[in-house]
Amino acid sequence: MTETPQWLDDAAGPVVRPYALIRGRTRSSGDAFDLVATVTVVGEPSGEAAGELGPEQRLILRAARSPISVADVAVELDLPIGVVRVLLGDLRDNGFISVTSPSAARQRSNEGILKEVINGLRAL
Amino acid sequence: MDSGLSDDPVALKILVAGGFGVGKTTLVGAISEIKPLRTEEVLSERGIGVDDIDGVEAKTTTTVAMDFGRITIRDGLVVYLFGTPGQERFWFMWDELSYGALGAVVIADTRRLTDCFPSVDYFEQRGTPFVVAVNCFDGAARHSVDDVRIALDLDPDVPVLLCDVRRRSSAKEVMVTLVEHSLRTLTATG
Repeated sequence: MTETPQWLDDAAGPVVRPYALIRGRTRSSGDAFDLVATVTVVGEPSGEAAGELGPEQRLILRAARSPISVADVAVELDLPIGVVRVLLGDLRDNGFISVTSPSAARQRSNEGILKEVINGLRAL
Repeated sequence: MDSGLSDDPVALKILVAGGFGVGKTTLVGAISEIKPLRTEEVLSERGIGVDDIDGVEAKTTTTVAMDFGRITIRDGLVVYLFGTPGQERFWFMWDELSYGALGAVVIADTRRLTDCFPSVDYFEQRGTPFVVAVNCFDGAARHSVDDVRIALDLDPDVPVLLCDVRRRSSAKEVMVTLVEHSLRTLTATG
């Protein structure tokens, strides 16, 4: 008897294509988020707004209870960064999260931090 | 939870660039504490026509998204590694990736040294501190660091070092060399 190959779970790929999750949009409203910007939950969704959240957005809110980077959110949800940005934009527009961009200039120019990084890398 | 007002979390970005098939994904994987986020696609016959794989014929997959790695130095201080896609058609991603980056590692393969010219040009033009890490592939002719420096026409202050991107200790040395170089660049420019 030959086995019929079956496409299940991971082998079948995602049930919903990533860009369908965000209804075909490719950009979030407002400024784009830096990959290493910090996402933090600022408001717990309740009532009607909570009901409108999709499963991915709920996952983001759970992941961002303690501050998390945009790139890490993409890893947690296993979704493309472009999709994650749009989902984050919606959450920010609804006042559920705040997104803090890293101050690139300040960090790059902080000698103390760079020395700490060098020592930390050496100790790995 | 700590309010963190006095000590904002710091996230630093390091880029890993270089030609196609030069070992960017391997380098990120060798040092990251998490499994690199990546999408390796099997090279199709069409891709093989487009992607120049002379000298790297054994390579059958390529990075189509980006590599992503993380090194936690301490609570609130994290270094993120981003491997930039190897092929020219993904260069549009570079501007975003390099914005605010601490520095970049350009990986070079001496069998195909010209492949890293665009990366070197890019970081020179943007003033992003970078180091050149010569990946010593099995069977690749060894060249001295000085030969590579001359071939790439690098400024004398740009560090060039030999490495084996598969080895964690080697990847670590590359990263330390880069951050030290960034620090020197910083103190030199005041």
